[in-house]
Amino acid sequence: MEKILEVNDLHVSFQTYGGEVKAVRGVSFDLHKGETLAIVGESGCGKSVTANSIMKLIPSPPGKIANGSIYFKGRDLTRLSEKAIRDIRGVDISMIFQDPMTALNPTLTIGNQLTEGIKQHQNITSKEAKTKAIDMLNLVGIPNPEERMKQYPHQFSGGMRQRIVIAMALICEPELLIADEPTTALDVTIQAQILQLFNKIQQETGVSIILITHDLGVVAKIADRIAVMYAGKVIEVGTRKEIFYTPQHPYTQGLLNSVPRLDKRKEKLVPIDGTPPDLFAPPQGCPFTARCPKAMEVCGKVYPIHSELSNTHEVDCWLQDERAKQHIAT
Amino acid sequence: MVKYITKRLVLMILTIFIIASLTFFLMHAIPGSPFNEERGTNETVQANLEEHYHLDEPLLVQYFIYMKSVVTFDFGPSIKQPTETVNDLLGRGFPISAELGIISIVVAVISGIILGVFAALRHNGIIDYMAMAFAVLGISIPNFVLATLLIQKFAVDWDVLPAATWSSPMHMILPTIALATGPMAIIARLTRSSMIETLTQDYIKTAHAKGLKPWKIVIKHALKNALMPVVTIMGTLLAGVLTGTFVIEKIFAIPGMGKYFVESINQRDYPVIMGTTVFYSAFLIGMLFLVDIAYGLLDPRIKLHKEGGE
Amino acid sequence: MLPATEEKEQQTNPSDIPDDWFKPKQKDTSEAESVVRPSLSYWEDAWHRLRKNKMAMGGLVFLILLGFMAIFGPMLSPHTVGETTLSNQNKPPSSDHWFGTDKLGRDVFTRTWFGARISLFVGIMAALIDFFIGVAYGGIAGYKGGRTDSVMMRIIEILYGLPYLLVVILLLVVMGPSLATIIVALTVTGWVGMARIVRGQVLQLKNYEFVLASQSFGAKTKRIIQKNLLPNTMGPIIVQMTLTVPTAIFAEAFLSFLGLGIQSPYASWGVMANDSLGVILSGHWWRLFFPAFFISATMFAFNVLGDGLQDALDPKLRR
Repeated sequence: MEKILEVNDLHVSFQTYGGEVKAVRGVSFDLHKGETLAIVGESGCGKSVTANSIMKLIPSPPGKIANGSIYFKGRDLTRLSEKAIRDIRGVDISMIFQDPMTALNPTLTIGNQLTEGIKQHQNITSKEAKTKAIDMLNLVGIPNPEERMKQYPHQFSGGMRQRIVIAMALICEPELLIADEPTTALDVTIQAQILQLFNKIQQETGVSIILITHDLGVVAKIADRIAVMYAGKVIEVGTRKEIFYTPQHPYTQGLLNSVPRLDKRKEKLVPIDGTPPDLFAPPQGCPFTARCPKAMEVCGKVYPIHSELSNTHEVDCWLQDERAKQHIAT
Repeated sequence: MVKYITKRLVLMILTIFIIASLTFFLMHAIPGSPFNEERGTNETVQANLEEHYHLDEPLLVQYFIYMKSVVTFDFGPSIKQPTETVNDLLGRGFPISAELGIISIVVAVISGIILGVFAALRHNGIIDYMAMAFAVLGISIPNFVLATLLIQKFAVDWDVLPAATWSSPMHMILPTIALATGPMAIIARLTRSSMIETLTQDYIKTAHAKGLKPWKIVIKHALKNALMPVVTIMGTLLAGVLTGTFVIEKIFAIPGMGKYFVESINQRDYPVIMGTTVFYSAFLIGMLFLVDIAYGLLDPRIKLHKEGGE
Repeated sequence: MLPATEEKEQQTNPSDIPDDWFKPKQKDTSEAESVVRPSLSYWEDAWHRLRKNKMAMGGLVFLILLGFMAIFGPMLSPHTVGETTLSNQNKPPSSDHWFGTDKLGRDVFTRTWFGARISLFVGIMAALIDFFIGVAYGGIAGYKGGRTDSVMMRIIEILYGLPYLLVVILLLVVMGPSLATIIVALTVTGWVGMARIVRGQVLQLKNYEFVLASQSFGAKTKRIIQKNLLPNTMGPIIVQMTLTVPTAIFAEAFLSFLGLGIQSPYASWGVMANDSLGVILSGHWWRLFFPAFFISATMFAFNVLGDGLQDALDPKLRR
C-alpha cells in the first residue's frame, strides 16, 4: 500500500516561563492510504501536539518543531511556508478537535462555516458550495440539511455538532483526516454513532485517518494500527491485534488492564500507579521506569533498545534484551 | 426577543421613576430648595415656582404634579434666570453637548478598537506594550488634567488650535481629544484582552485548520466575538462621556448642557439641577436600553434563550 | 537543537551495559509519587509572579512612598496648609517653598501632601466600604440563590442603571460638600460592582465538592461562607478593590473640580487643580503641575498594580 504520511524523529518543544517543555521527543510513524492509525496515551503524553504539528498548528512562539520531518505525499511539511501549508490545510489534510461545543463559531451560521473553507480553496460559486455542503450534511447524517444550514451552533446537540464538524472537515475531500479525541466530549451512545460514522466515511471516501485518543475502547472499534505514546515518545506500535493480544511494553499492558474488556471475564481492573514524568526534565532512561512493575536498574539509566518483533510490531523496552529474558527465566 | 425587550423596557421605566422620585425627595430635604419655606429668592421667581409646582398643596399632591412635569418634560422656571425655563436651557445646551458627546464616543470606539486589535495580534510584542502603556496612561490622566495640558501645549505654547468655544471643526479638536482619550483607553484594553482570549478559542483553531487566511480569521471569526464585551460596557462609557462633558465644557467654555448644569450646581439653581439630572438620567438609561437590545441582536444565543427555546 | 542527553542515549552501545543492571528491581513506590518541582502556596506563587512584573512593582513602590509622604510630608515643611502670606503670592519653587506658592501665598508643597492624604483616604475608605457591603450582599445573594438571589440581583440591576456620578452630585448638593459626604456618596452606588463579582465567584464555587463535603458534615451556612468560599474568592476581590481606589480618587478630584469637594482652607488635588485653571495664561505652571502630576501618577500606580495583581492572582495562569 502507498504511504501517504511519514513522520521521522519529530521533536516539539514549548518555551514556558518555567523552562523548556519537551512535549514530543523523537516520534516516528507512518500511515498508509485508507488506513486508520490510532495514537493512544494519557493526557500530556504529546499525542495532540504530534497531531497539531502535522498541520503546523503549533502556536509559535512558544511552540517549536525542534527537529525531524513530516513527509506528506513526498513533501516535507515542516519546511513549507505558511502560505503553502494553508493550501494543504482543509484541502489535503483536515482536522477535527475534541470539543464540538467550542469548535464552531457561535455567532455564524452552520452554512457559512461549512462553505467558507471550500470557497477559499476552490474556485466555485456560492450556490455550488452550498450544494456541496448539503451533500456533506447528508453524508454525516444531519436530517433536513437545507433548513439547518441557516441555524446557529447552539441550536444543535453535541452529537449533531460533531457531525457538522466532521462534514466541515470532509468538504474539500481530504486524503488525511486527523481526529483529536473526537468522541471524548460526547455521551457514550453518541460516541458509538460517531465511530460508526468514521467507519462509513472511510469506506465511502477512502480517507486515511489518524485518531488521537486516550480511550482504548474507541481504538478497538476502528483502528487498523495503534501507536502507544508515553512522555513524548512512541513506546510501542503494532496492529490492533498485536497490541490487544500480545502487548509487549509494560505500559501498554497496564493500559489494557486498566480498561474493562468484554472478552476477558472476571478479571480485576488494575490502575497504573503514579503519574507521568515531568517533561520539564524528562528522565534519562525509559520514562515509564518509576511506574513500571518490571523495572530493572538499566531502565532508569539508558533509553531502551528498539526491537522489531514483526513487520508491524515495534517496541522500545529493555525486557526485549536477551539478558533481561535470562534473568527473568532464572 | 419581544419578551426580552419588554423586560428591559419595564426595568428602564422603573429606573427612571426611581431616579425622578429620588430627585424630588432629596430636593425637598435641602434648606433653601424651591420646595422649601426658607428659600430666599425674589418674588417673581417665587410666584413662578408656586404656579408651576403648587407649593401650597400637600407633599403627595406636589409629588404627583412633579411627576406629571417629568412625564410631560416641563421642568418649570429657572431660579437664577427668571426669564428662562429649564426647558429653554436644555433646548439650547443639549444639541451642543450631544454633538461633543457623539463625536467623542465615535472617535473613542473606532480608535480604541483599532488599538486593541493590533495590540492583541502582536501579543507581548513591542506594539502591544506601547499600546497598553498608552492605554493605562489614558485611563490614569483625568480628563480635566488632560484638557488643561492640551490647551497649554496646543493653544498657548504652539498656538496651532483654538482653546475655547465650539464654533468650528478646528475648535472641536481639543475638547474631543480630552473627552475621548479615557473611554478610548478603556475600549482598547478591553478589546485587547477579549481578542486575545477569543484567539485561543477552538473555533479559531478550526478556522486555521480549514486553511483560511489569517486576516480573514481575525475579521470574520474573532472580531465579532471579541467585541461582545465592548458592547456591554458601552452604557458605562456613555455615562462617563456624559459626565465628562461637565468639566470639558467648563474648561473649554462650550455653551452646552454640562456648562449650565455646573453653573446651576454652583448657584444652587434647584429646578435646573433637577431638570438636568432627570433628563440626563433618562437619556443614559435609554442608551443602556439600546445597548442591551444591540447585544441581543449581535449574539444569536441570547435571542433564542429569551424566547424560551433550546 | 537536540539536548546532549539524547545524543548520549544513542551512543550507548547496548552490549556495554553491565549484566547486573538487568536484574528485576525492587519496586520503589515513593519514586512514582514524588513531585519534581517544589510546590508553592497560592499566595507565594502570586507574590512571586507579581514581583516579576516591573510596572506593578514600580506602582507599589510609588504608592508606598506616596503614603509615607502623605503622613510625613506636611511635617517636613515649615508651612501649614491654610497659612496665607499675601506678600508671597504665586512664587515659583524656591528653597523656602519647594513647590512654589499659590494665589493666596499658600505653600504648594504642604498642600500637595495634604491632598495626597485626602485622595488616599477617600480611595481607601471607598474601597473598604465597597468591600464590606459588596461581600456581604454578593455573598448572601450567591449563596442563598433562588428567589433571594433574583430579587437581590434585580435591585443591583436597577442601581447599576443609575448614572453613578449624577447620583453622587445630587447627594452632594443635598448633603453639602465635606469629606464624609463624598465618601458616603461614592459608596452609595459603588459597591454594586463588588457585589456582582462576589456573587459570581460564590455561584461558581458553591457547587464545588469541598463545599458539599463540609455541608455533609453539618457545617453551618455562615461557617461555609467564612471558611470555604471567601478564601477562594479573594483574588478577584483584591483586584477589584485595587481598581476601585483610582476610580474613587478620580471621582473626588472630579467633584472637587466642579466645586463640590473639600472646602478651603483644606486642599485636595482636585481643588488645587480647579483653583489653578487660570495658570495656563498666567504661567504659574507649578500650581497646576504638582496636583495634576500626582493625581495622574497615583491613578497610574493603582491601575498598573491592579493589572499586575490581576495577572498574578489569576489561577488560570498558574503553572
